[in-house]
Amino acid sequence: MVEVICPECEAQFELEPGTEVHEIVVCPECGVELEVISLDPPQLDLAPMEEEDWGE
Amino acid sequence: MSRRPRIGVMYSRLRVEEKWIFAALERRGIDYERLDDRNLFFDLEDPGPWRRFDAVLARNISYTRGLYALRVLNAWGIPTVNTARVAEVCGDKLATSAVLAAAGIPQPHTRMAFTPEAALQAMEEMGYPVVLKPVVGSWGRLLAKINDRDAAEAVLEHRATLGSVQHQVFYIQEYIDKPGRDIRVLVIGEEPIAAIYRHSEHWITNTARGGRGEVCPLTDELVDLVQRVVRAIGPGVLAIDILEHPQRGYLVNEVNHTMEFHTAQPVTGVDIAGAIVDYVLKVARGETVPQPIAF
Repeated sequence: MVEVICPECEAQFELEPGTEVHEIVVCPECGVELEVISLDPPQLDLAPMEEEDWGE
Repeated sequence: MSRRPRIGVMYSRLRVEEKWIFAALERRGIDYERLDDRNLFFDLEDPGPWRRFDAVLARNISYTRGLYALRVLNAWGIPTVNTARVAEVCGDKLATSAVLAAAGIPQPHTRMAFTPEAALQAMEEMGYPVVLKPVVGSWGRLLAKINDRDAAEAVLEHRATLGSVQHQVFYIQEYIDKPGRDIRVLVIGEEPIAAIYRHSEHWITNTARGGRGEVCPLTDELVDLVQRVVRAIGPGVLAIDILEHPQRGYLVNEVNHTMEFHTAQPVTGVDIAGAIVDYVLKVARGETVPQPIAF
């Protein structure tokens, strides 16, 4: 169980089991998209904003 | 090749598809590296560091980053999935339409213009409603269904004033009154492996916009159409989006080269991530060589 803190609103929440580095999670409090920068120590940063050429 | 192949996987964002692909690589015991495209650079005089890979799978969420990386890798002769040529054709809607048209593959009527005035004339002649699309873009972003001349003038002025140079290429398609769904066929190599209907109440049926998936049977007609598309564009890992026209039948709407399958894999039960990995291994072993087709 990995506890993290949202860098935007400072809410504390747990990462789902199996979460990997560079995965995007959503803060359950403020709804911002966050990127998992590292798991040990647990660290989140604001996820990159969607760009015009993103997609499939 | 006697030694085990080594695979590089380029990505920008770890989506569920990338997690499934990594898991499939690990289940097969494949030697692979995760290549976050934010940290990559390429020295054009020194391909050495990249020669450690027998093949590179491009899963970049950014079309531009993926395309430029593939161009360099292919110029060095490093096998990639997909090839730069496939990315070039699929990533630009006009390039896709031009290749489909040259191959005589049915698609929505499409026009291109460079000025709002010429675009308006093209729309008026085509008849409303029409759909205006950016030539590069995905997830249904910035698609505009234009129902009359007033809307056309407004949208074209906005594009001309606010858009980048690329938005000055006006890609105009007839609006297809499809039955609340489209079809996505997933191709690995040269063969379709699964298909889903994407249902939506909205005219944009992309599952990234909330569309719902359902298994679509791969009929002989669908398979034949898909094989024609693959012959025109080149083999690889592709998602071909097809519209059902009430009179003209199947029309190929677009072809995606870094396909998302978070809906298709659970809906069809087909191990798409595993099939992608098996195909990349074939490319790495030289068992299949995606030949670039002259463009």
